[in-house]
Amino acid sequence: MLVKSTPQTPRALWAVLMLLGLSAGLYAMFLAVDYRWNWSGVWKYRAQFGIGWLTTLGLSLAAMLVSVLLGFVLMLGCRARREPLRMLSGGVVVLVRGSPLLVQLLIGYYIIAEALHLGQPMLVGIVLLGAFHAAYLAEIFRGAVESIGASQLEAARAVGFDKAQTYRFVIIPQALRRALPGTTGQLVSLLKDSSLLSVIGIEELVQKVKVMNAASYAPLEGYLPLAAAYLIVTLPLAHLARRLERRFAYET
Amino acid sequence: MRLEARAVTKRYGAHTALDGAAFSTGDDARVIALLGPSGGGKSTLLRVLGCLLVPEEGGITLDGRALPHDEDGALIERRGNGFVFQGYNLFPHLTALQNITLPLREVHGMTATQATQRALELLHRLGLQGHEHKRPSQLSGGQQQRAAIARALAPKPRLLLLDEPTSALDPVMTGEVLDVIRELAEAGQSILLATHEISFARKVADWVVFLAAGQVQESSPAAAFFTQPKTELARQYLEGLSKYR
Repeated sequence: MLVKSTPQTPRALWAVLMLLGLSAGLYAMFLAVDYRWNWSGVWKYRAQFGIGWLTTLGLSLAAMLVSVLLGFVLMLGCRARREPLRMLSGGVVVLVRGSPLLVQLLIGYYIIAEALHLGQPMLVGIVLLGAFHAAYLAEIFRGAVESIGASQLEAARAVGFDKAQTYRFVIIPQALRRALPGTTGQLVSLLKDSSLLSVIGIEELVQKVKVMNAASYAPLEGYLPLAAAYLIVTLPLAHLARRLERRFAYET
Repeated sequence: MRLEARAVTKRYGAHTALDGAAFSTGDDARVIALLGPSGGGKSTLLRVLGCLLVPEEGGITLDGRALPHDEDGALIERRGNGFVFQGYNLFPHLTALQNITLPLREVHGMTATQATQRALELLHRLGLQGHEHKRPSQLSGGQQQRAAIARALAPKPRLLLLDEPTSALDPVMTGEVLDVIRELAEAGQSILLATHEISFARKVADWVVFLAAGQVQESSPAAAFFTQPKTELARQYLEGLSKYR
């Protein structure tokens, strides 16, 4: 049978070559520092690893939902006509973006949630993580919305759309495509930041791996599967985002 | 219709676009042309007359009825008008057909079937058969402007307002669009047209409002304006424009 060379073939070939090169390079480095592998030690903890992965996945998905919804509300707040509302939203964005997530988690859980008698670390963690990234998303959304030209807004007024209809039919569909690349990056960051939730007692993947490494006297073995477990989620996310971008593509 | 403006002032920051513009038309003006040099306030006056902008001072009456100054009232008023802009301003993420059907369904309460039927009828009448499902970027300038006119006409507006509809088009496309506007005028549509196409205005307009420096210099029946302009400014303007055509 004749093998046809499609444009896909060289791309796939390049990808395999690069992956092999990367693996060989890493392997050589480990060899150079004379690293002694101890896979059997960590293998015993595979169930814990799985539970940690599912925890990370579940809480990150929930926090993503919180961050997108809250980010949208904050963006609307930053564009509100009433000044106190604008000040409040703008202040939240600046404070949350400008301070470390670690501090927000510690104060948020041990002081604020405690004072409000919210005992659920998982729920509080999801809200805090979501809120942190919402502040970034609000600015990404605001940039996308404000890039919609004045002539489009005038056209929306001219055909008789009210404010809500203008957002729904004119601004959001066009802003969505422009916000997509930034949003994807932010959601990937969120997933990785979820590892910080161990400070409020949530046993997510990174925490599980630390425990697993310590218990099996294996300093690094757990971290390679850890990286793979994150990539399993982040790579398809990036792929999905690129496909969505293409679907929404149109010339302006 | 009878349009009347009293001391209309509209500012953009420090810039005063309309500086106490005042005029009134005859009782049965139907195709009104806004003429005058660029930067004279034509576009702003057109937007104020169509309730797309609310003036800071002064007011408009249309057949004796004062136009609203509040945003809600202006929205209702706008929904009875059709607008066409210099830059077409179609929605780039929608097809020509969707650009027309969306406002029909969402603003004018038509069913999807009614809206599609009305949109197709207009697209065909304006010579856009075969282009219904194209996005604006796939259409020529003239086709985009005809689609924009179809969108403005679809809800059967009392008044069609056109702001320099051919200024961004080459001569061939300008001809296509002017043909459409003339047919509409001849079919009895009430039209307010800001333009530099002086010979076209002469053919279709029955009333002329001449603006310069944010003020109305002259408001006359078209025949009188083109044969015997009252102001020196208007006379120079007409002379300058007809020099090479």
